[in-house]
Amino acid sequence: MANGTVNTLRRELLLASRRRGELANPLLFFVMMAALVPLGISPQSTVLAELAPGMIWVMALLATLLSLEPLFAEDYRDGSLDQLLLAADGMAFAVLGKMLAHWLVTGLPLTLVAPLLATLLALPAAGWLPLLASLLVGTLALSFIGAMGAALTVSLQRSGVLLTLIVMPLYVPVIIFGSATVQRAIEGFSWLAPLALLATLAVAAIALCPLVVVGALRLTASE
Amino acid sequence: MAWQWFHQWGSPRWFYQRSGAWLPWLAVLAALFLAVGSVWGLALAPADFKQGNSYRIIYLHVPASFLALAGYYLMAIAGAIGLIWKMKLAFTAMRCAATVGAALTFVALFTGAVWGKPTWGTYWVWDARITSMLVLLFLYLGVIALYQAFDRQELASKAAALLALVGTVNVPIIYKSVDWWYTLHQPASLKITGDSTLHSSMLQPLLVMIVGFYLFYAVALLLSMRAEVLAREANSSWVRALVTAPQSRERG
Repeated sequence: MANGTVNTLRRELLLASRRRGELANPLLFFVMMAALVPLGISPQSTVLAELAPGMIWVMALLATLLSLEPLFAEDYRDGSLDQLLLAADGMAFAVLGKMLAHWLVTGLPLTLVAPLLATLLALPAAGWLPLLASLLVGTLALSFIGAMGAALTVSLQRSGVLLTLIVMPLYVPVIIFGSATVQRAIEGFSWLAPLALLATLAVAAIALCPLVVVGALRLTASE
Repeated sequence: MAWQWFHQWGSPRWFYQRSGAWLPWLAVLAALFLAVGSVWGLALAPADFKQGNSYRIIYLHVPASFLALAGYYLMAIAGAIGLIWKMKLAFTAMRCAATVGAALTFVALFTGAVWGKPTWGTYWVWDARITSMLVLLFLYLGVIALYQAFDRQELASKAAALLALVGTVNVPIIYKSVDWWYTLHQPASLKITGDSTLHSSMLQPLLVMIVGFYLFYAVALLLSMRAEVLAREANSSWVRALVTAPQSRERG
């Protein structure tokens, strides 16, 4: 059954590698938003430094939200989702592969680009490692929780805004623990506790979300 | 035989007739409790020695908050019943509970803001409980928005039920995380008067109001479910009979 995960993962990554331009879009969004913060609020580094942890996390969240819509929609349109649904027993594992692939092409690159944003927004040095660690773990939770919304709205014509609306409240704990990890590090406290809680959320999401996604896809895609 | 009671709920017609019989009783009881609770709480209960009369909004605020949260679970449980036993009426209950619940959450937030102005000097504070209620409102609105996005009612019901269930798992996590965030970010300088610290002369009318709100919730839910049942079953013979013979409406 784990074969299902590996096969879908390989297929998704291959598909992703064939349209690299599209993959760069959430990253560009992430960086451009960072440029708007000093323009809209203040270029003073003291102000920016205070905002940076929360801002970077909010922007990572928005970038993930923007990347969710095509997660199942393309497979739904070209019919390969139906094929996936027919392979009855390994469905959750196949879906797990898709979600992992989504994280590999959005969450992981977002984490890797984060140092650039940290520089732009004058994040204090003490916050860099916690930012990378929290984004690495937290984007996993973002991808997996968001996949539930993508699966529920897969059959809708313009699902973009609706998907955002239903997923956003579920993201609340992730953003709290994510930015708290960075904030605590900057204030000189131990940041392992919020990071551990963030990791708990990610692990729970990885374990449970594929099951919900399978249920949602069976509902909406089989129509 | 024991299941017969349960299966009756599968019949919209049975529900419509029964709820029609219950509704007057429930409405009278709700009005009675709300009237007694309001007069007792707003006029007879003593004024708070610190907040004066402004604390009296508690008699709306606390019951509304109670039901906003309880209503979410009712909605999710109704959705689960609908998904498991494929019962249309449960989906109707879920759909209507979402609207009533969202309205009550808004009432809780609004009365909280009105209460906050004289007590804290500001309408809005990012307090843990207030923030949780705001997220709860978003969860309700998400369920309603998802339901309305689908053309086919059955599909809409199932998708919304699934989202409501996911939300149920999330509600405690959100509450805990917001609680933790609050203690991290803000000093506990503001404290809402806890229910247990209320003097019994203030607590008793509050309990009456809470019972009144529960009854009112039942009335509102039944009314909106009856309207929804009629709309859903518009093409069935019993609804047509109901419309064409208005004088027999009472008996259904």
